[in-house]
Amino acid sequence: MRYGTGAEVLRDLDFTLSRGGFYFLTGASGAGKTSLLKLLYLAQRPTRGRIRLFGQDLSDAERDSLPHFRRRIGVVFQDFRLIRHLSAFDNVALPLRIAGRDEGEIHSAVREMLEWVGLGDRSGARPATLSGGEQQRVAIARAVITQPDLLVADEPTGNVDAEMAKRLLHLFDALNGLGTTVVVATHDLGLLAANSGAEIMRLDSGALVDPTGLLRNPPRMDRREARP
Amino acid sequence: MILDRIWVSGPEARLLPAEGLHGPTVAVMAVMNFVMIVVAAAALALANAAGIVVSGTESRYVIELPAASAGELPKAVAAARSVAGVRGVTAVPQSEMRETLERWLGEAANSPELPIPAMATVELAPGANPRTVAGAVQAKVPGARFNGESLELKPLLSSLRALQWLALALVLLMGIATAAAIVLAARGVLDTHRSTVGIMHGIGATDGQITRLFERKIAIDAIAGAIAASIAAAVVLLAIAGGASAASEGLGWTTAFGPASLLVLVAIPVLAVIIAVAVAHFTLLRALRSNL
Repeated sequence: MRYGTGAEVLRDLDFTLSRGGFYFLTGASGAGKTSLLKLLYLAQRPTRGRIRLFGQDLSDAERDSLPHFRRRIGVVFQDFRLIRHLSAFDNVALPLRIAGRDEGEIHSAVREMLEWVGLGDRSGARPATLSGGEQQRVAIARAVITQPDLLVADEPTGNVDAEMAKRLLHLFDALNGLGTTVVVATHDLGLLAANSGAEIMRLDSGALVDPTGLLRNPPRMDRREARP
Repeated sequence: MILDRIWVSGPEARLLPAEGLHGPTVAVMAVMNFVMIVVAAAALALANAAGIVVSGTESRYVIELPAASAGELPKAVAAARSVAGVRGVTAVPQSEMRETLERWLGEAANSPELPIPAMATVELAPGANPRTVAGAVQAKVPGARFNGESLELKPLLSSLRALQWLALALVLLMGIATAAAIVLAARGVLDTHRSTVGIMHGIGATDGQITRLFERKIAIDAIAGAIAASIAAAVVLLAIAGGASAASEGLGWTTAFGPASLLVLVAIPVLAVIIAVAVAHFTLLRALRSNL
């Protein structure tokens, strides 16, 4: 993949994510982590090669069909991307409203989610009045509120303390337990250590380093069934 | 259709910040609509005036006899009266002719040496054939001329019609300018809220959902502009109509618009709003399609 006429930022990638898997994406700054995530959450198309998501080839899928697939993906952006004139509540409720859910259902789900990320008392606050960590938690709550099939997070614990990072990882893990495939791009070694069951994908200069070969040939085990 | 585009639920409405009705779209719509209504009203007034002139003259004809045969006017009048469909024939007295000429010629108009033609006005019933009357008059007085009054007014009517077409062209041009302004406004509002659009796209919003939000904003601005323009235009036109009706009172005709004309004037802002919303819809969809 390349941006415009620039150099290739990703090349020769060939991997499969198993359904219900938990993956950490690591690599030095500029290795292509964010670009790979953009391909995964359908913000970019590959300039060559194919991408299959949810059993469908989406490399050159009709533009109008993409929103349907995007609703199955939760994204935690590195820069949060909260809508600044909306309250924390409305930001978290956004994916549910876009999906056309009932307002009563939205209300209880969002309240519960905000409580879970420790922002129950800040639901009416606008992003500008929230700290970086609080904004990050709102962004995470927004990404997971729909219980997506795929969760993609770009440095999700970059602005939170160790305790909150642990809670967020627990949230991701719980979501993973419900069958969501989780891909987390991170530099946080503590995060890697905290989830020893996750696969680690390392990007180096736009190429994927897969010493174990597990990414090319993931185990066929259904992780949801494997969990207690 | 418009109401459907304006009404959204409270949470949906909050997706774009409430900025009040002070944007350029309101001003552009107000100015454009005001000019369109006033120009259209002028065109309708011209059409009204032309209609009054035509209806007042279409049944009126004039028998003209050259000075040499002025004495044969009673024969010509009798010949005209004998034709079926002639409602009335009135000879114009010589004194009245001289009085009229006096405005240009002064005392010389009363000179017996001045050759004065003879004239009579003829009023035809609807459906009467003027050629039959002309034939009957000319059979009795070979040098007589029989002309319709509307013929004399043909250059004036042509000018009025040209002005009407010009006004219609101006209204159309203003409509096109309004549409162009809406295109710019739609692109502008999309640029202003590009980050919100990006987030919504990323979360799975369709182009239709995003378009609806911005369309609503533009529709509200367009309606506000159209209402302001309609009120301002109504005040101006009522003031002008008041003066004009006072002036025309003595002339025996009215400048008031009929129901059809009023309907046209009311339709202009309504059409402008519909066009604005439609243009915004397609502009937004097209702009959104440039993103993935």
